[in-house]
Parts: sequence; structure tokens; C-alpha cells
Amino acid sequence: MSAAERKTMLLTTPFHSRVEQYCELNDWGAWQGYTTPNSYFDVELEYFAIRSTAGVLDLSPMNKYRISGPDAQAFLNRLVTRDVSKIGVNRVGYAVWCNDAGELMDDGTIFHLAENDYRLCSYMRADEWLEWNALGFDVTINNESDDIAALAIQGPVSCTILTLIGCEGLNELKPFGIARFDFEGVEMMVSRTGFTGDLGYEVWIDPSKAEALWDQLFEKGRDYLIKPIGSHALHMARIEAGFLQAKVDFVPAEIAVRPGRTRTPLEMGLDWQVDFNKPLFNGRAALLKQKEEGLRYRFVLLDVEGNKPAEHSFILKNGKQIGIVTSAAWCPTAKSNLAFAQVEMPHGAVGDEFVAEIYYQRELQWTRLMAPCKVIDGPLFNPPRKRQTPAPAH
Amino acid sequence: MNKYDAIVIGAGHNGLTNAAYLAKAGLKVAVLERNPHIGGATVSRELYEGWYYSNCSYVSSLLRPEITRDLELPRHGLQVVPFGGGATFMQNGDHFGNYSDYARKYREISRHSKRDANAYERYKADTSRQTRLIRPFLLKTPPDPTSLKLRDLKDLVDFAKPFINMGEEGLLDTIKFWTTSVGDYLNEYFETDVIKAQHAGSGIIGTALGVYSPGTAYVLLHHYMGDVDGNVGAWGFARGGMGAIANALSKSLQSFGGEIICDANVDRIIVKGGRAKGVALKNGDEYHADIVVSNLDPKRTLLDITDERDLPKDVVQKAKNFKIRGSSGKLNIALDGLPTFDGLDPKNPLMAGDLHFSDSLERMERAYDDWKAGTWSKDPYVDMMIPSLTDPTMAPPGKNMMSVFVQYAPPKVEGREWTDEDKDGFEKSVIDQISKYSPNFRDLILHCETRTPREIEAEVGLTEGNIFQGELTFDQLLFNRPFPGYAQYRMPIKGMYMCSSGTHPGGGVMAAPGANAAREILYDLKRPNTVPGSYADD
Repeated sequence: MSAAERKTMLLTTPFHSRVEQYCELNDWGAWQGYTTPNSYFDVELEYFAIRSTAGVLDLSPMNKYRISGPDAQAFLNRLVTRDVSKIGVNRVGYAVWCNDAGELMDDGTIFHLAENDYRLCSYMRADEWLEWNALGFDVTINNESDDIAALAIQGPVSCTILTLIGCEGLNELKPFGIARFDFEGVEMMVSRTGFTGDLGYEVWIDPSKAEALWDQLFEKGRDYLIKPIGSHALHMARIEAGFLQAKVDFVPAEIAVRPGRTRTPLEMGLDWQVDFNKPLFNGRAALLKQKEEGLRYRFVLLDVEGNKPAEHSFILKNGKQIGIVTSAAWCPTAKSNLAFAQVEMPHGAVGDEFVAEIYYQRELQWTRLMAPCKVIDGPLFNPPRKRQTPAPAH
Repeated sequence: MNKYDAIVIGAGHNGLTNAAYLAKAGLKVAVLERNPHIGGATVSRELYEGWYYSNCSYVSSLLRPEITRDLELPRHGLQVVPFGGGATFMQNGDHFGNYSDYARKYREISRHSKRDANAYERYKADTSRQTRLIRPFLLKTPPDPTSLKLRDLKDLVDFAKPFINMGEEGLLDTIKFWTTSVGDYLNEYFETDVIKAQHAGSGIIGTALGVYSPGTAYVLLHHYMGDVDGNVGAWGFARGGMGAIANALSKSLQSFGGEIICDANVDRIIVKGGRAKGVALKNGDEYHADIVVSNLDPKRTLLDITDERDLPKDVVQKAKNFKIRGSSGKLNIALDGLPTFDGLDPKNPLMAGDLHFSDSLERMERAYDDWKAGTWSKDPYVDMMIPSLTDPTMAPPGKNMMSVFVQYAPPKVEGREWTDEDKDGFEKSVIDQISKYSPNFRDLILHCETRTPREIEAEVGLTEGNIFQGELTFDQLLFNRPFPGYAQYRMPIKGMYMCSSGTHPGGGVMAAPGANAAREILYDLKRPNTVPGSYADD
């Protein structure tokens, strides 16, 4: 069915004919207007493909904006809090952006494709916000979300498999680097990026070659135990890696309804993303003021005792509620019970100890568990292979 | 020189765990290992270039998550990757697929019997009830039921509580479960031979009993009570092979300042004035310590490396009578490709699970008859895995490594020692069995390591090659393990302890005996406990 024929039905991605074949559990979810698998065959095994072999995620629905023109860099520097001039050509940078009140709107990645030519990938749709911010800048902004097919290939053998489909010398690509290869006569762009905290890549290609790319990956990757992964497995990996997710770990300012529910980057542990050396960017004055006057909240990672994930838990200090958990999971590779929490200042220094008030249900009965927990300075999952160049073979 | 606070004999996973917790408490500890490599039966070796064999233990589920986390084994390189399901291939060309996904499992059981698919729910609930009962006791020292010490009385009450909570009917079911055979237990739920056979395997693995022998239902539980990341009953592979567990434990031990000394073959425990004072090696070297912990099985500990004259006579007798019977063997095979099985798509995830060929309880019982007659099974039960379908580091790309656990293999063949011809005959019976179901299997074999009880005993030091260091029957479990009166890891010689799978809670790569023994040693030394408590189960 073409996009036009589907009318208001959820769209399918350029990989759908293949995804559908592999989706043995018929477990579909919606993502930016597209239908994509929550799981393919077994969430646990899909997660472990990311950590032990290679997992393939169809990320075509991701919001992608092409930003080009003489003022492209100046525009982006006005938009996001970090210094975009530090992202060289053929490099990718993580970025966050705020409104004028310094409230966090979204996070994403900026791909520096060529001189004056960038791609911004965002979690939230940003057509309107980008258009407003472009006023006065000589830039063209084009929503190319539907025009590019993309796969994430993540895991210890990801480099080996991509090399087999023609990405010669990929192992020399540094983290956050971009390389280009020929794939059946069209350009295939590969970035060493991902949302799993592991060795991994994202592959970007014209939709006409999507099915051929999938077929080659799964054919050449078979001996390396390549597996498709759905959004549930990705969710486990991203928590274990300590990555934030908009709408889960913070409320994007644009959609927040209740007063006080937004957070600033400084309150989300993203101060390393805010470059006050830049003379002007959205939210600068408000963030500077907050920096001087003090934060309201602090984002922390907690190592929680026991094996019950502290999902939706209250965080207590001396019996008083001082915070909430936004994401939590038992991490199957790190074997740790990790929680992301927002705690009121001045709490939350590394080493601070709290109690997580955990509720879990078994056979209808709810149990309340008071689990001691401790602020840690980073996720326990942190394998050398995610940084190593050349990338290891497995 | 050679003076330590504690010496642990044997660098298997329990010895390493025990030493790690003693070292963590600040003791100066050395682990002595007779082989040039560590691991005992938790080992992986490259016996054929490019292929890694987990020669003995081959899958992981029982390893206590509390220990994995507390000793930071992931940071020291351990990753356990679960596998999904398994299959039993049938003589009629069909198979039963034991899918890990419940919806698919239901469909698959229904394909054989709709009634059994429904009964599976009752089976699962009843078995889970037993699992919940036993799991909290794994990281605890069994209470002594005859002791009047406050500590024992308190533990006994804790031990009795969940049983009392089950109510009269639940208690009767439990008593029956702990004493019945796996065959009889399964007959109460299922009508289909292959479904019974698929589930009965866990009741006999590592045990010199048949599917209709009383006590085998508990052995099934022993294989169900572990978990991978909280999925009770799930099993997985250690990435890089089971040796990765021993390697991670050794790194953890070393991070606390502990030492491991290989090629150190202990001849005897030195006892002076009724107290352990160290060990003497076969080469004459001596290592001195006031704490000596043996990770060898109870027979080896008490009959080989301890002077009988230093022991009470009843303990010597109990050690002699301890049931530790060889019942299994193993083939580790390097394959040039992927074997295919009639009726199963090679891409099916079941291929990465545990595979079997015994499609009825009848065939399994006949396989046991051969053992009783003193020979290996002509129609053997196998627990076969292809770990390279889950872990790409076990074999070169496109090639595969196969691990075939085989039952039954007797400790002696018709009353005499195994010969090389016997070993060849045993190997042939297994390869013939697999070839009946896999047409291309035989041509793919590049190398095969065959281990009968003789080889397992000679290399690893497990008496009769018994993988659990003693049968897991009720007379040798909990406060009966290894024998009544000695279940709290202390031996009659002051300062001497046991930490092996021959103690509670028994065999399998659990690390619980090693940790439990460490807790008792630290208690005796009046040192703060370093061993973590159990996660609250539910």
C-alpha cells in the first residue's frame, strides 16, 4: 500500500516488507505516525543481541531535518545550547535545546554532513520551532523524515557485519564519526552513533535501497548472529546506558501543561551541554540566572539495592519525599538495578544515600519495598568497545 | 613465607567465591589449584584452534545474582546471555518445540495435545510454588534441626514458616513432590509422551537415577530454581564460555588482594593438636594457615587429603557412604557448519536452545537400565547445545561449537575401569544417535573431545565424574548435605571447612556453597560478614 492509499492509517517504513517477515510476535507499536515492532521474537533475546552480537533497529520514523545554507551553523548555534562550531565536518554531536525561559524542549543529534549542511535528528517534531528560529537567518530547513531510510546496527559484531556489506575500513571510524560508502550504486552514509551505549552504527540510505540493505545485512550477518530488535529491547539498552529520553525523563517544554513540570538542562545533568561562552542562544539568560541563583532539582543515577526495579518510585531522605524516579530497570548486562531520578536540591551529590519507595504487584497484591539506594557518577555499563578505535571485531 | 590467614583448596567457582569473600573481609587468602588452569568444572579451553569448549559445565542459571552483583563480576568481564527454549526431536520425524514465549509455547503444545497445553498452566503454577519455597534458602546455611543454639532455632523457625503457610494440602503436595519421581510427577499433568520427555530431562541430568526413581522430581526443581535476570527457570551461556565465570571470580578475588597458585597439588591437610594448620603439597611445599577450606568433594576432602586418624570414625564412615555416582559423560564437538535437523528450520531460534532426542519416558528409563547393567546407554539421553548460535566468540564465523551432555555413562564398565575402546564405543553411540536425526551432522565433525566419568574424574577431580559432587536426593540435601551434623560447612577438625558443591545447596554453577561457607568462617573468626543476603523473592 502506498502512503496515499493508507490515508490516515499508520504508515509503514521502507523496510516494512522485511520487518513484517521477521516480526514473529506480531507486536506492533506506533512511532511518529509509523507502525514499528515493539518486539520481534523475544524481548530478552533481542536485548542480548545488542550486547552480545548485533541488533538491527528500523529507525526510519525518526524526525530528520536538513538545515543548509550560509547561516546553517549560526542558526544551529542560536538554537542549541552547545557550541556547534566544534562539530567538524563528518562528525555528529549530541545537542539539547531550550525555549527562552531555559526550559528543556528536546534532545537530539546534529550531523555535520558538509560545509553549511547539517541534519538535525530530534525526538519531538520540530517543524514549527525550527521555522520560527530561522527568522533572520539565511537557511533552508527541510523535513526529510520520510525521505531517508535508516537502520541502527548495534552490538559487538556490528562493525564486522557492516564491513562485510562493503563498509571497508569502517573499524577506523571514531565514535561520532561519519563515513560514506557505495551501496549498489547509491550513497550509504554510516555514522558511529546509537542509543544503546554499545559499539554501534546508524546507516542512512535512499528508501529505494532499503530492502536490499536489509537483505544484505541479514545474509552477511547470519554467521555473526545478527537479529532484528524492537523498541522494547532498545528501551532496556538505553536505560542501562544511562541515556535520557524526552517525555519519559523530562517533559518537553512545548507540551508541558502544569506549572513547574519543566526542567532546565542544568537540572537534568546536562550542564556539559551548555556553553555560556556563546554570546547568544535560546535560554542563555535564563540559564545563566539559574546557574547563579541555584538549581531547584538535580538529575541523578541511582544504584538501587535488591532486584526490584524502582519504576515510578518516590525517593525519600529521612522519611521525607525529596524526589521521583523517571526511568528504572534491572540491567541485564551490568547486573545492576539502575534508576534515573530527579531530586530536590541540595540532595543528589555522588555518594548520597536515599531510600526508594518501590511498589510492585504480584498476583494482584501490591507490595511496598523500601530499598536503600545510592547516587553513582555514571552507569555501571560502560564497555571499552564503545570507545575503542579501531573498533573490535567482536 | 607461605603463611596465610586462609587457604582454599581448589580454584573451581566455589573455591574462588569463598576466597573472594574471605579476602573481602581482609583475610590474606591463597587458592591452591592442582591444574595449570583455574575453573575446575567451570572452565573453557581452546582444544581445537578457533573453537572454545566449555568442557564440563556448559550453561548458567543457578549462579546467584546477589553474588554476581556483589563481586562485580560484570565489571570483571562476565556476561551471561540467555538462550530461548529448546526442542525434542521425535522418532516419527516431528518435534516438540519448547518456545520461551508463552503464546507460542501454548500453540506448540496444542499441536500435540490441546489438553496438555491447558494442563501446562497447572504444571507451571505447581512447580513455581515449589521453586519459591526453595529459592530463599540457597544463600543460607541450613539450620541444624537437632541443635538448641539460638541461631539454629531461629533459622529453623524461618525455615518452617513458608511450609506452614502452605496449608495442609500444600504441605502434603510438597512432601510428595520432594519424594516422588519426575515421571510420576509429569504423569499427573500430561498425556503426551514427547511433552513428558521434554520436561523429564531436568529430573535426571547429573543423577544416577531414572525418570521413575523416587527423588528425581526434586532434581527437576534444582534445574528450575535458577534464573537469568529474574526470569526463574531460564538458562544462559556465559559469553566466551563457562570459564568466563571463573575468570571473573578470580579477578574479583585478586581485586581484594587474594592470590591464586596453580600447579599446586595438595597432598594432605596439616593437622596439629586437633587444629588445621595448613596444607602440604605433593612436591613437599607447605602452606600454612589456621583456616583451611576444601572445595574438593566430600570423599576427596575427608578420605584423600585428610588423615583418617585426625577424624572421628563416624565421619570417615559417612564420607565412605556418601553417594556420588558417575552417571554422565560429555562430547564437545567442533563443527564445520550448522547441523540441520529434520523438520526444524535452521533459522528457528529453538536451534540455539537445548536439544534432545528422547521422545518418551519409556526410552529414558531404558537408557537408565543400561547404566544399571554397567554400561553406557545404547539409546542415550542427550542435552545438546550449540552455544555458537548465541555467542559468536565460541567458534569461527559460520562454524559451530556443539556441547553434548550425555546420560547415562557408568563410573565403571561392567565392574572394571573404562578403557579407550569403551570410550570409543560411548562416543559412537552418541554420534550415531545425533546422526539419526541430523543427516549432515557426521560430515561436519572437525574435532571431538569425549569425556567419560574416567576423564572427568582424572582432570577435574570429581569423584566418579559426578557433576554435582554428590547425588541431589533428599537424604543428601539441606541439613543432610553432605551428611547430618556437618551441614554447616565446618568439619570436625577445628579451622577446617568445606565449601564445595558437596555442601548445601549442592551442585550446579551456583557459587552459593562457597559464599555460605565464607559467612560461617567469618562468623567463627568474629569478623564482619561480607556475604550478601538473598534478594527478597516473590
